[in-house]
Amino acid sequence: MITVYVPRDSAARSVGADEVAAAITHEAARRQLPLRLVRNGSWGMFWLEPLVEVATPAGRIAYGPVTVADVPGLFDAGFERGAPHPLRQGPTSEIGYLKNQERLTFARVGLTDPLSLDDYRANEGLAGLERALAMTPAAIVDALTTSGLRGRGGAAFPTGIKWRTVLNTESPQKYIVCNADEGDSGTFSDRMIMEDDPYTLIEGMTIAGIAVGATQGYIYLRFEYPDAWQTLNEAIARAYAAGVLGASVLGSGKRFDLEVRLGAGAYICGEETSLLESLEGKRGQIRFKPPLPAVQGLFGKPTVINNVISLATVPVIFARGAEYYRDFGMGRSRGTLPLQLTGNLARGGLVEKAFGLKLSELLYDFGGGSASGRPLRTVQVGGPLGAYLPSSLFDTLVDYEAFAAVGGMLGHGGVVAFDDRVNMAKMARYAFEFCALESCGKCTPCRIGSTRGVEVMDRLLAASNKTRELGLLNDLCDTMTHGSLCALGGLTPLPVQSAVKHFPEDFGLAAPAALAQSA
Amino acid sequence: MSAAARWPVWNEAVASSLLEPLLAVPGPLLPALHAVQGHFGYVPAEATQLLATTFNLSRAEVHGVITFYDFFRSEPPGMRIVRICQAEACQSMGSEALAAHAKARLGVDFHHTTADGAISLEPVYCLGNCACAPAILIDERLYGRVSPARFDALVLAEETP
Repeated sequence: MITVYVPRDSAARSVGADEVAAAITHEAARRQLPLRLVRNGSWGMFWLEPLVEVATPAGRIAYGPVTVADVPGLFDAGFERGAPHPLRQGPTSEIGYLKNQERLTFARVGLTDPLSLDDYRANEGLAGLERALAMTPAAIVDALTTSGLRGRGGAAFPTGIKWRTVLNTESPQKYIVCNADEGDSGTFSDRMIMEDDPYTLIEGMTIAGIAVGATQGYIYLRFEYPDAWQTLNEAIARAYAAGVLGASVLGSGKRFDLEVRLGAGAYICGEETSLLESLEGKRGQIRFKPPLPAVQGLFGKPTVINNVISLATVPVIFARGAEYYRDFGMGRSRGTLPLQLTGNLARGGLVEKAFGLKLSELLYDFGGGSASGRPLRTVQVGGPLGAYLPSSLFDTLVDYEAFAAVGGMLGHGGVVAFDDRVNMAKMARYAFEFCALESCGKCTPCRIGSTRGVEVMDRLLAASNKTRELGLLNDLCDTMTHGSLCALGGLTPLPVQSAVKHFPEDFGLAAPAALAQSA
Repeated sequence: MSAAARWPVWNEAVASSLLEPLLAVPGPLLPALHAVQGHFGYVPAEATQLLATTFNLSRAEVHGVITFYDFFRSEPPGMRIVRICQAEACQSMGSEALAAHAKARLGVDFHHTTADGAISLEPVYCLGNCACAPAILIDERLYGRVSPARFDALVLAEETP
């Protein structure tokens, strides 16, 4: 019997994993080799996908990227014994890209069959929930605060403080809401958790429910993730069947119910109050704050609303201890961040590292430089609302405060790389266009400002005397930054102004010095 | 084959039976709209009154929600919906050129359906496949590293299943 692993992650499937799995099944049958095929999660080394692994006495050996045409040759070479082949990458755990990571939140991703609760339990799964069930609600919240976990959705607000507010707000009904509306370009860590290790999200939400006294959870998932929808629903059904969810969580007598709700293509619903409106069945428009969702959230009740990665990190914090997690990282950024290397990089993928490494290490040591072979000119970190950073800032440390200090934003950890063919004026214009497209329309600076921004940008590019238009642009950005109700309007100036500041030549502006005078 | 062959025509009794299980659900409108569109392929104008009556909302509220969300369609789609990611990570790997190719190849712009009703072409902003850019979604199936040639192969293959 040979055991072969072919990922079921949608990114692996998007480049042929299903076809490769079918070819392996066919070829093994033809050669009368008994086969156990496991559809595991992806390790997140996407340039090697479809990545096929085979179990050997020396551990799992990786081959990739495998095409259907490669499959007979792999069998001819004896890949089922881990034999040499041009696509052989060696033992999976020894691949530098993986070996040099610190995988806490993603510890099981790639290793296990995402839907197998047995696999999950065998790899530290449910240990955190069992610990939490033996603690008082206040002690759970204290431990989370001690871990230093900050909201991984982008705002980096201390998760423990959010939970404490909900715990301390009296109400007969409270809710746990998971923000799975991962709309930022360049991000897929939420998707990977939901497809490749869904039980860790379920466990994290259950711990949150036990901690604050909430009995109902909702995962608000974007429609653009059909595979995650399937996997989550299947995992939830199995968790109910196994007594992990329902009237008595792991036999504790405490109830926790969980349901997935589907969004409908509105980027703004990634903002927490819009998301709550949408869950209630309304237009996804921003709410004024206060009241905070922790006090008056879903259906007016106290609500913990956290990002997928924040909630999926909770189990490891309880399984290994708050201090263990806290001891990773630097400054006020504790623990690890799952970073996503995307765009024009040779080795795009998921890299979970403790805070404190340099952006350049990510881009070159992990990412391998550009995919096109041309020089990297800029990266946008933190999604469409993040700043464009020039190569002179590639030494910036991955740390919330260090990014803020250079006018950037770490956000959800998405890194999009561009080579020297990028036109930064076009990217700046796109930032306004995207804001205009996705604005919920509630506040004027965002609704009108984004459209005026596109117009000003067009005039700036066409003008022979740029001073007036540049002044207008800066005024507009100032109004949007300080006058918008939420991050969409408030942060759209970040990509725009960083592009103008660092790449003035793309706007027909002479040099940074001239810009400073006119501003 | 026309688009009508894939999607059933509006039937209020069928629609009511789809909404029935949602009566006890808190915040039922989005799940209800997904149920209607999932069955009929779009949200027909007739559905607005039914949704309003069923969930005790005004027609204006229902209309407001339908039109707020890009996913809900007021016209029937083609046999297949092809969505091309236009967000930054895919842009960095040539998704704009891919979109231009697709539009030329299919003879339609974004938000339109080919004359034979085979394909609706839509932009989409991130499919979470940013490390295998450019990405497209054909109905509910994700594809990565989509060159113009691969686009033709996929879309032609999908046209004749």
